[in-house]
Amino acid sequence: MAELLSVRGLRVDFVTDGGVAQVLDGINLDVGRGEVVGLVGESGCGKTTLARAILGILPAGAARVRGGEVRFRGADLLRQDPAVLNARVRGKAITFIPQDPSTSLSPLFPVQTQIMDLMKWKSPRAGNGAGARWPLWRYPRGRYHADREAVLEALRAVQIPEPARALRRLPHEFSGGQRQRLMIAMALLPQPDLIIADEPTTALDVTIQAQILRLLRELVKARGVSVLFTTHDLGTAHEICDRVVVMYAGQEMEAAPTEAFFARPAHPYTRRLLASVPTATGELRDIPGDVPSLVAPPPGCRFHPRCEYATPECQARPALRALAPDHGVRCHHPVDGPVGIGA
Amino acid sequence: MSAAWFVVRRLTRDRSALVGLILIGVLLLAALLAPVLATHPDDVFELHPARRLQAPGASHWLGTDRMGADVYSRLLFGARITLLIGVIAVGTSLLVGVPIGLVAGHFHGWFSDLLMRVSDIFLAVPQVVLAIAIAQTLGPSLPNVILALSATYWPWFARVVYAEARVVQKEIFVESTVALGASPWRLTALHVLPNIASPIIVRASIGMGFTILTAAALGFLGLGPPPPTPEWGRTIAESREFLPDAWWYATAPGLAIFLTVMGFNLLGDGLRDVLDPRLRRGRTPRDG
Amino acid sequence: MRLAALALRRLAWFVPTLLGLLVLTFVISRVIPADPVALVAGETATPAQVEALRRQLGYDRPLPVQFVGYVARLAQGDMGTSIFTRRPIVQDLAHRLPATIELTVVAMVVSVLAGVPLGVVSALWRNSALDHAVRVVTVSGLAIASFWLGIMLQLLFAMRLGWTPLNGRLQGFPPEAITGFYLVDAALTGDWPAFGTALRHLALPAATLAFPALATLVRFTRAGVLDVMQSNFVLYERAMGLPRPVIVWKYTLRSALTSTVTQIGLLFGILLAGAVVTEAVFDWPGIGTYAVSSILQSDYNAVMGFTIWAGTIFIVVNLLVDVVQTLVDPRERAT
Repeated sequence: MAELLSVRGLRVDFVTDGGVAQVLDGINLDVGRGEVVGLVGESGCGKTTLARAILGILPAGAARVRGGEVRFRGADLLRQDPAVLNARVRGKAITFIPQDPSTSLSPLFPVQTQIMDLMKWKSPRAGNGAGARWPLWRYPRGRYHADREAVLEALRAVQIPEPARALRRLPHEFSGGQRQRLMIAMALLPQPDLIIADEPTTALDVTIQAQILRLLRELVKARGVSVLFTTHDLGTAHEICDRVVVMYAGQEMEAAPTEAFFARPAHPYTRRLLASVPTATGELRDIPGDVPSLVAPPPGCRFHPRCEYATPECQARPALRALAPDHGVRCHHPVDGPVGIGA
Repeated sequence: MSAAWFVVRRLTRDRSALVGLILIGVLLLAALLAPVLATHPDDVFELHPARRLQAPGASHWLGTDRMGADVYSRLLFGARITLLIGVIAVGTSLLVGVPIGLVAGHFHGWFSDLLMRVSDIFLAVPQVVLAIAIAQTLGPSLPNVILALSATYWPWFARVVYAEARVVQKEIFVESTVALGASPWRLTALHVLPNIASPIIVRASIGMGFTILTAAALGFLGLGPPPPTPEWGRTIAESREFLPDAWWYATAPGLAIFLTVMGFNLLGDGLRDVLDPRLRRGRTPRDG
Repeated sequence: MRLAALALRRLAWFVPTLLGLLVLTFVISRVIPADPVALVAGETATPAQVEALRRQLGYDRPLPVQFVGYVARLAQGDMGTSIFTRRPIVQDLAHRLPATIELTVVAMVVSVLAGVPLGVVSALWRNSALDHAVRVVTVSGLAIASFWLGIMLQLLFAMRLGWTPLNGRLQGFPPEAITGFYLVDAALTGDWPAFGTALRHLALPAATLAFPALATLVRFTRAGVLDVMQSNFVLYERAMGLPRPVIVWKYTLRSALTSTVTQIGLLFGILLAGAVVTEAVFDWPGIGTYAVSSILQSDYNAVMGFTIWAGTIFIVVNLLVDVVQTLVDPRERAT
């Protein structure tokens, strides 16, 4: 079965004051239809860059795509006509849930204006983006009302009370959790195939994180929408993902179905990550060493300087090794056996 | 002083800041070497009515004025006046404004508020207007102009310093240092001062530009140093009745003012770009 | 109701600031080398007459008492009498006010209409040829002495080309006075020849006055737009494929303009300061020339009156700007 999203060998550089940072180093990633994939990694590993690269919204001056492909429904997004990409893919086939809901909507316009603007161009009833170039394009009355009904229904689905009144409010009048529900609703309204959610619960209170996550999972599963979900928190991944992919310093390390991932992690880094979750007694087992510089990264597997199993051959990037049909790892020395997850 | 070198190096990479530095350099040269560079250095005082209002030519590069004096030479000596006024006025504003800002930023309560209210009052009136009022009551002279300008510009320094001092106070490390028993003045010296150096420098450079313009305006209105002082603003005022024929008479000093102020503005902008980290276009990868 | 509370809070600063301004001008007007009473009395007055006048005017009383009297008179709208015109200063100022306001308003309109779009376009096409050209204009705008600019414009357009009149507000008879603003009055009474000449006379002074204001406005708008383009909601809109014209002209502009509104207050200050000098250059019969002639005639009371007026207007305008900003930015309403 062809994957919905297939990233192959993606390399992205960033121009910084200190030199050229090789942020993504030939990364590979798959997301299947109706699948929720969690992309796990520490801050600075490249998760957000990958998300933005897929969407095609990397900062134009600073970022450069050096190679690779991003296949979505068979077509390489990196080589598409930008206008088509903007009209047909972004906000329609692939939507986005941002990390910080409090700053992701304009504070000056009521929610209704912003959602309806989205619907004007991206509603499933809008056709295929034809005529989308005309900025003065009027919103046909009939469609407007149909769209508005869909919006109200979506708000009800994400459990926002009194949707009609809520629409008239400004974004800052909502709580953090409610705002993120709004973003979830907006991500679902265009009936996309894939949602890219960039750390959607990081900015929220711990107490409502689980709630939001479960809501998201429920809604996407009901609609058969795939989700690529980035996070630095393993617990979050465990909560709602079907598959987990681990990233480190711009390289993917391991990918497995959630259960297998947490039960039989093979990559030394993954194992360290899982072991570093605080124990019941409050112990913290850190990973020794520092995250490598992206301007002068270590050759081959970028984790090898901190890895206890490293050998000289680790200076060449390991190929993908399939430990099980769905469980792949890129390591010369994958480890066997369970890991105590903070027990 | 490696910090200073870093700044200079970054600055020279910025082309417009470099232009600013060059312009200021030219001004400095003109002012310092006026007696040497002037073709008719005595024309500051002497009159040659027979040579009045001659167009620019071989002997008088920028023509002569209504007294027959060489415009170019007087312009060079005018550079001295301009520089003098600018440096002393801005320097005085700095010396008055910075301590006030520091004190206001350090203390809390009514005294601090009072200081800031006072500076607000001075800022409430456009600088020119207040400077006119002060200069007019004191009478037209060089020291009075400087006084008027200093009295109206100090609030800008006070404000900048006050804001920074407040920001630093809010930082957590200040609380912990005080808890550990450090004297608050030591805190100010060690932590606030380095942070305010940059905004003060930027403000000083931009302030030079504003002050020189206001000084020229005062000179134009007749409130500046009286003749025969070759102050640029006054020269422009003198030239008016001879327009449009003696166009060089009005154009030259105006251009001089323009280039000077531009120099300080460009430098100020360049300094701000280098010294203010918040404005640096963050080109680091924004990763999750 | 919250709006009223907010406005009241801002207003609370108005009185102390104004009072402070009055103290300042009072101190300046009393700390002068020359004797104001002698000036009022005139050159032919004897010392005895001067003393009598001093007692009559209350100048022999202690300073704080004088100050109270000064404020009391101000509250009644009495700024004293001009030594030169022998009329109440308030009357002089009122008579000349329309000319200055008309000039300032026209200059402000010009600078906003030209400045804001230029700033936006300059930000959108950053580092393009247009952007660099605009940057040159803005840098010059802040470095040029307005009085010199005015003189140069006169030199070129009035003297050399003859396209505009040299100075003054009007040639011939003014339109029937309804508001005192020639453009408005001429339009209201259908007096098109007067409208035309008033406009031609306004051209150069308004351009001179507008130039630094325009430069500032372009700078701020450009910076504002660039700033907004970095914000998270713009990122979100891009991620969701909203058409670029919508992102720019609807969302980005609105956010950038919020900060531009505050700049209009700042602008007013620049315009007011510039008005003094510009009026002097163009012989514009406004408050600026009044101030200048008062300076030259050592008419202290008049200069003080002008300073108080200018300061008050400035404070009021800033207050209005604060209030408007509260209205424009709904976030402020909630705080």
